[in-house]
Amino acid sequence: MIEARQLTKFFGEHKAVDGVSFTVEKGEILGFLGPNAAGKSTTMRMLTGYLPPSAGTAVIGGCDICTDSLGARIKIGYLPENAPVYEDMTVTGFLAFCARIRGLSGSDADKAVERTIGKCFLEGVRRQMVGTLSKGFNQRVCFAQSILHDPEYLILDEPTDGLDPNQKHEVRSMIQEMGRDKAIILSTHILEEVDAVCTRAIIIANGRIEADDTPLGLRARSEKDGSLVARLGVPRDTDPLPGLEGMEGVRKVELLEKDGDRLVVRVFPVKKGEGLAALVVRHIADQGYTLESMTEESGRLDEVFRSITMKQAG
Amino acid sequence: MARELRGYFGSPLAYVLIVIFLLLNGFFTFFISGFYELEQADLRDAFFRWHPWLFLVLVPAVAMRLWAEERRQGTMELILTLPITLKEAILGKFLAAWLFITICLCLTFPLVMTVAYLGDPDLGATFCGYVGSILLGGAYLAVGSMTSSITRNQVISFVLAAIICLFLVLAGFPPVTDPLAELVPKWIVDIVAGFSVMTHYQSMQKGVIDFRDLLYYGSLIFFMLFANGVILQARRSS
Repeated sequence: MIEARQLTKFFGEHKAVDGVSFTVEKGEILGFLGPNAAGKSTTMRMLTGYLPPSAGTAVIGGCDICTDSLGARIKIGYLPENAPVYEDMTVTGFLAFCARIRGLSGSDADKAVERTIGKCFLEGVRRQMVGTLSKGFNQRVCFAQSILHDPEYLILDEPTDGLDPNQKHEVRSMIQEMGRDKAIILSTHILEEVDAVCTRAIIIANGRIEADDTPLGLRARSEKDGSLVARLGVPRDTDPLPGLEGMEGVRKVELLEKDGDRLVVRVFPVKKGEGLAALVVRHIADQGYTLESMTEESGRLDEVFRSITMKQAG
Repeated sequence: MARELRGYFGSPLAYVLIVIFLLLNGFFTFFISGFYELEQADLRDAFFRWHPWLFLVLVPAVAMRLWAEERRQGTMELILTLPITLKEAILGKFLAAWLFITICLCLTFPLVMTVAYLGDPDLGATFCGYVGSILLGGAYLAVGSMTSSITRNQVISFVLAAIICLFLVLAGFPPVTDPLAELVPKWIVDIVAGFSVMTHYQSMQKGVIDFRDLLYYGSLIFFMLFANGVILQARRSS
């Protein structure tokens, strides 16, 4: 389990991370979301022992990062932002070097390197200098380094940054597969990624946690979650809005489009999942309107993200 | 650390440095000192006396990349989050670079063989001379490692290291200390000279390995590497 307890980091006067607490259990994939400079990387750097926290601490698999940093680091695999690697080494050489620092030797190290090369699709470039590789391979080499010792805890800072869509997909499926028995934290500002791989997401803004929820739960925070969008045909010079608004269970109605006698409206329920759709359909039929289509919308992460992070900025 | 050592031999820089070192060594020994004209089967005056000056350029060149390169590539974050302590990382890098310098020095062995063939040198004194040179290289290297941790720019690291080393040399260099002795009391000059690598280097060239000299080099290296650690730590937390 990874447990952050009131992690705080000052850079001079500036409070980059402000009392961040959360836990990640094995089998969870936690997404760290936030605008640039929100404190995502700083938090991860503290967890991995690169930056000492100004206050608070974190416990990783029973090892406190402040008092037993080495013990914690043994259990962690870390992919730093921008995937730094030693450019003057070959892929195999770099991984073998990491394996040796990780305390593997001889055939164990060879096996670990081979396994990881296979897992990360690095077979074709194994003898190449890392510095000559493309960004996608570079990222994969550094990712390979983080999973080399089969760590219980993985901390990935923007693991899909700079990859093309196919590579992104590969990396995501790798993360998902590993997420079954590891605790993983990954940071990203790609919202679809959270949907695709994370079991839980934290939105962080200005160093503070603003939301900690499942992707579904986050969507539900959107005002539009559970609202109905209906396309209606109404007789000329009639306004269906007051009628709809007056219905029981309807909180608000919004006109989205108007094109002559056809309208698109959004109906916000007081509480979602109360069978509003059936009521709306009946109401429309009673009024003699024609219902062309109706869909229930789920909230969108980007809206939630924006409303949470903008509220902070403003 | 093995990586550094392999890194050195993997890059052309190493070979360039070795070649320059050997060429300059030969140049100073044979042309400037006039090794043959001396008609002495002795390496001290002709060979070892140049090392404090030669190393002034070569050792900072070896040391400049140690940490500056890590910082530039961003691999500092990688290496310091691997399960090794800062102390191990600093020592590993330092020892690898030191080994590299030692290998460079060992490659001057034909000179020793020549002298042994031509005459009957004091091999014990020659050995002492080598030990002194290796220690001198270690001291410069520790300085270079420290300056390398200050900056991400290798050139700045190089210049800083060369300046500090130059100071360490000049503080005990007779042309500098002699005029100084006329201006200030002798004990001040002695103290200043005591800080110099020169003073401690020369005694070793005479074939004497004094415990005080070992202590001097040991503490200089320790102090510089300690400062290196403090700088890295401070850089991390701010």
